[in-house]
Amino acid sequence: MTTTTTFRLYLLFSFFVLFAQWSPVLSDLLISKLDRKVDLTSQVVRITATLKLENPGNDQISEVLLPFPDHQAKDLAFLVATTSEGKGKTKTSSSSLPIKVVNPEGLPPSLTWYSVTLPKELGKGQSLTLEVRAAFTHALRPFPEKITQADIQLLVFQESAYYLSPYAVNVQSLSVKLPEPKVESYTKLENTKFSGSEIKYGPYENLPPFSYSPIAVHFVSNKPFAVAQELVREIEISHWGNVQITEHYNLVNAGATSIGEFSRLEYQARPHLRGASSFRHLVAKLPPRAHSIYYRDEIGNISTSNIWGDSSKTLLEIEPRYPMFGGWRTSFTIGYGLPLKDYLFRAEGKRFLNISFGCPMDEVVIDNLVVKVILPEGSKDISVSVPFSVKESRETKFSHLDMIGRPVFALEKTNAVPEHNQYFQVYYRFSNLSLLREPMMLISGFFFLFVACIVYMHADLTISKSSPSYLAKLQWDEVQTALQQIQSIMNHCLGIHDKLEASLRDLSRTGDVQACKAARKSADNMLKELSKDLKPLLSFLQSSPLAASLYSKVEELVAKEKELQEKLIVKHTTVTDSYEKKSGGRDIENRIAPIQQKITALRQEVDDLLEIIDEI
Amino acid sequence: MVAKMEKATDLLSSPQSLFSLKSLKLKTKQQELLIRISILCLVYILAFITRLFSVLRYESMIHEFDPYFNYRTTLYLTQKGFYEFWNWFDSESWYPLGRIIGGTLYPGLMVTAAFIYWILRFLRFAVHIREVCVLTAPFFASNTTLVAYFFGKELWDSGAGLVAAALIAICPGYISRSVAGSYDNEAVAIFALLLTFYLFVKAVKGGSLAWSLASAFGYFYMVSAWGGYIFIINLIPLYVLVLLVTGRYSMRLYVAYNCMYILGMLLAMQIRFVGFQHVQSGEHMAAMGVFFLMQVFYFLDWVKHLLNDQKLFQAFLRITLTCAISVGAVALGVGTASGYISPWTGRFYSLLDPTYAKDHIPIIASVSEHQPTAWSSFMFDFHILLILFPAGLYFCFKRLSDATIFIVMYGLTSMYFAGVMVRLILVATPAVCLISAIAVSATIKNFSQLVRTKTKPTQGGSGKGTTSAKTSSKGALDQSLPYQKNGAIALLVGAFYLLTRYAIHCTWVTSEAYSSPSIVLAARGAHGNRVIFDDYREAYFWLRQNTPSDAKVMSWWDYGYQITAMGNRTVIVDNNTWNNTHIATVGRAMSSYEDEAYEIMRSLDVDYVLVVFGGVTGYSSDDINKFLWMVRIGGGVFPVIKEPDYLVNGEYRVDKGAAPKMLNCLMYKLSYYRFGELTTEYGKPPGYDRARGVEIGNKDIKLEYLEEAYTTSNWIVRIYKVKPPKNRW
Repeated sequence: MTTTTTFRLYLLFSFFVLFAQWSPVLSDLLISKLDRKVDLTSQVVRITATLKLENPGNDQISEVLLPFPDHQAKDLAFLVATTSEGKGKTKTSSSSLPIKVVNPEGLPPSLTWYSVTLPKELGKGQSLTLEVRAAFTHALRPFPEKITQADIQLLVFQESAYYLSPYAVNVQSLSVKLPEPKVESYTKLENTKFSGSEIKYGPYENLPPFSYSPIAVHFVSNKPFAVAQELVREIEISHWGNVQITEHYNLVNAGATSIGEFSRLEYQARPHLRGASSFRHLVAKLPPRAHSIYYRDEIGNISTSNIWGDSSKTLLEIEPRYPMFGGWRTSFTIGYGLPLKDYLFRAEGKRFLNISFGCPMDEVVIDNLVVKVILPEGSKDISVSVPFSVKESRETKFSHLDMIGRPVFALEKTNAVPEHNQYFQVYYRFSNLSLLREPMMLISGFFFLFVACIVYMHADLTISKSSPSYLAKLQWDEVQTALQQIQSIMNHCLGIHDKLEASLRDLSRTGDVQACKAARKSADNMLKELSKDLKPLLSFLQSSPLAASLYSKVEELVAKEKELQEKLIVKHTTVTDSYEKKSGGRDIENRIAPIQQKITALRQEVDDLLEIIDEI
Repeated sequence: MVAKMEKATDLLSSPQSLFSLKSLKLKTKQQELLIRISILCLVYILAFITRLFSVLRYESMIHEFDPYFNYRTTLYLTQKGFYEFWNWFDSESWYPLGRIIGGTLYPGLMVTAAFIYWILRFLRFAVHIREVCVLTAPFFASNTTLVAYFFGKELWDSGAGLVAAALIAICPGYISRSVAGSYDNEAVAIFALLLTFYLFVKAVKGGSLAWSLASAFGYFYMVSAWGGYIFIINLIPLYVLVLLVTGRYSMRLYVAYNCMYILGMLLAMQIRFVGFQHVQSGEHMAAMGVFFLMQVFYFLDWVKHLLNDQKLFQAFLRITLTCAISVGAVALGVGTASGYISPWTGRFYSLLDPTYAKDHIPIIASVSEHQPTAWSSFMFDFHILLILFPAGLYFCFKRLSDATIFIVMYGLTSMYFAGVMVRLILVATPAVCLISAIAVSATIKNFSQLVRTKTKPTQGGSGKGTTSAKTSSKGALDQSLPYQKNGAIALLVGAFYLLTRYAIHCTWVTSEAYSSPSIVLAARGAHGNRVIFDDYREAYFWLRQNTPSDAKVMSWWDYGYQITAMGNRTVIVDNNTWNNTHIATVGRAMSSYEDEAYEIMRSLDVDYVLVVFGGVTGYSSDDINKFLWMVRIGGGVFPVIKEPDYLVNGEYRVDKGAAPKMLNCLMYKLSYYRFGELTTEYGKPPGYDRARGVEIGNKDIKLEYLEEAYTTSNWIVRIYKVKPPKNRW
């Protein structure tokens, strides 16, 4: 299969070479020296080309064209060009130059053209060093495509030994760096060297435009082939001080598909031989001060993860539930919080979020990356600035206590590689007062709940005001109030009794008969008034049918209390009299002893009765 | 920790409330109300938080087996709406038969959870349905404490109500089925059960139509939630019958029962799974019989009123009763004979006769929670309540009323059922808690009164120092027993000590025994650290991600619900054991030789086989230990499978001395495939099975028709792929 495609490509490009013979030369530009370095150590193919440009013609040149064959261009994830000045260690790189896709006429099809705008026009005889870095995903294909657990994974990489360019190249060379010094086969051309884990092609001299010579490298690689077919990153801003990031991964091991038996025993005993092509864990490099980190999937928390970090980063090592063999899939979610003040700033009356775009895992290639920035409810004038092209769309998300929903800015990017891990900005306006809305909503909600409870407790919701049960209830309420009043009167009476006793004690101490008499007088008055108050209540209770069972008890209570009162008064008179007559202490005690006994008994009874009534 | 402290203070404060009721007597009633409400609130919160151990220790996840099905259906309900749910034909289980979900489940739980979810959504709380499902059980346990309070208040007084609420809040018997994550029918059913009983007792007490209507709705909710409603529909008629026999027939009872029965029956018929069983099944006939008996009683009452002649009435009574009973008997006989009334089901029989299931229905007997209860588990689940229960019964008999008769009957019958089946301890728990609460409350009340009457005269008669003759009976008692006050104090302290022990025991049991999700296994490592075995989810997630979406997985039925819910794959049999033959087919495949099993698996279109194996970790509830049940169930339908073939002298072994059929049957091969090369324990030969403590007998296992597809990191779950048939040429 692979050989046939290779062959086809070969045909295609030999056609290019022929075609190039009589196609018009675009400009007079000349590449005097070209160095290409291909890095195959990870699943992302990174090609760094250093071009030394010279302008031998007369025209001023401001643009350089970079062609890529279509089959490569579709895998092109990242392309950046910089100029470097100076030589050796003093080399300085400028910021990346603007690149756009162009369609120049009269040039062979099945090529995609990128045009780099130079920082300043290149005059006659001037030269410039241009560094082009490109990253390709899915450019490495496993061959064979299906392997067993015991097999090692072999990959094929195809390129041209000559740099495909519309310009003539004077001197060029290519070096391919392999992950391991093991290679199954590679195309041997003139000047091919294989040493260590590097294959060198070239130097080749004086090649015309559109020179092409396909090479293929078939090599051993057990690097993880973690491809996230979809990654949704949700960045949610809370103005209470947190940026919550949630990342949903849909991961597959895109290496050679594993077939045949999976033996746990073999994997357990010799994981590096039996399962070399699988990967067990991934490391996410989170920002420092990331907190509340979690790692879970649809069916719950995944307990195999590790975290450590220092002041510059937090490293989260996650291990999928099972080792990821070729073709195996998994999906999971990681989430973490970041302090708001590190990422949210103010500028010109607006706020802006400055946060990195890509995935925190360096080994993962993302086919489809969606970054959703969820702004707080009530944000306005939203705009985004991203350093590369993305697809933008707007959504609304409902979260806790939202009325109109939070504005969501969704950015979509296909073929994302770690190089896309750049900062981007989201600008918006948000009033601080909106922060208080949700707490106020809660407070008022509870307030109205309590008010409703109070209203319910106080409102009379009876449907029929004339129903017998309602009337009975009303009557019963009246009886209860009457009972309570009687109780309070009784308690009052008992209090007065205590006062009388106290006055007697004072008498025995001070011998002041007058004071004692005065106390007696006031007590008499009060008791009289109380008994006056008691009468209507008693008659009410007597008349009420509901109180029939109670009435006897109440009556008994009143009678006992009256008796107690009488006895107390007798005692009081006896004691005061004897004091007036200056009788001896013993004499007094003898006289009141029988009365005292009765009083105590009565008091006990009254207390008991009060208790019984209270329990009704 | 917080839960424990809460509990201790709470249990102390609830008897204290009895003091407070007294000591605040001279103050306003509002204060007493306030204390009561705050105690109830604390108990409410306590009941909720004591069930959160597993969430704190593990995560917010669904436990066990059945809850996964409930979760899956709830998810479906919230995503697709009620009608889709009601008409759902599930093709992911019981392949190739499928299952009509709407007609074969009790929807109460799912509808409740979905309803809570929708309300929260409406109130703009963006919760996940999983959180709602996980917390449904604790929420309803909290609600049950409220019902227990009102029930206790109805039975005895508000003090007993408070104690009952506190007891049931932490009773292990109830917690076992209502911890967070245990999203099962019982979670809401116990609430519904107690509510129905409370409303019915209230209806009987007042003879009010409104309350009996409410109890009919309570019954409807119970029917919609759990098959245990059979208990209600048999206990209430029994109770009514006892009241009739003891001469407590009244108009109140007539109103309450008739209203509740008729409306409850009509409402219950709306549940598709129950359908017309109320008029067609033998288990529901008692209720109908008592219903007709009530009418006869009413009629007799009326005739007695008309006749006004004792002798004539006696004769009439005799004739009517004979007629009524014989008509009833004939109707029942004809109904049963003609097949209109279905006979009792096996489960019902096994309740009445505990040995029935063992002999006739192995599939019921194979479930561990259907085993008869051991004494130790009674002690474990009830602790001091087991001792307080008879004391409470004594108090109930002392103050016999319609309500106390009910709770006595509920307590005694449910205790019997709890003895028959372990899982029915759950049904007995509310009754035990209520009756014990009566005992606690009454005892403490009496003691505290004794303590108080003694102290009062010394306060009132201060300074006088007179020894007055006490007229009250308490005073008289006081004199006859000189150390009564001290004794009372000592007993009160003892009671508090017991209650504290109860609280500590409950917390300990909840934390140690009932808060494990059982899908994640935890063990103590060599250094005392916690080791987690998450193999089940590892395997299910592997199935979910790495098998074709239409793959059919064969496993023993225990794991069916989990595979469909977490693995999202079609299973052959699952925990809804409605088709015995299908399960027996799987049992037969597992206990046959590989080539025979391959034929069966081909005919069932099986793609993967999943077995649970504990030989590496020493996990004892694995498939090899369940294997004899597979043989029995398989052999029950297919006589080819004979249990003695797998035993040696009646002994079940897996080592060298095992039966040859055992050593070569599919289950043995799948469990021990390549296990013979593994050294599990230091100093033991390779192939040493740690779950059974023996070296396996067949170490050289070759698989011809299956291949190992995945084995989890601790070997607990092993998945095999069924190879496609070989080419004929």
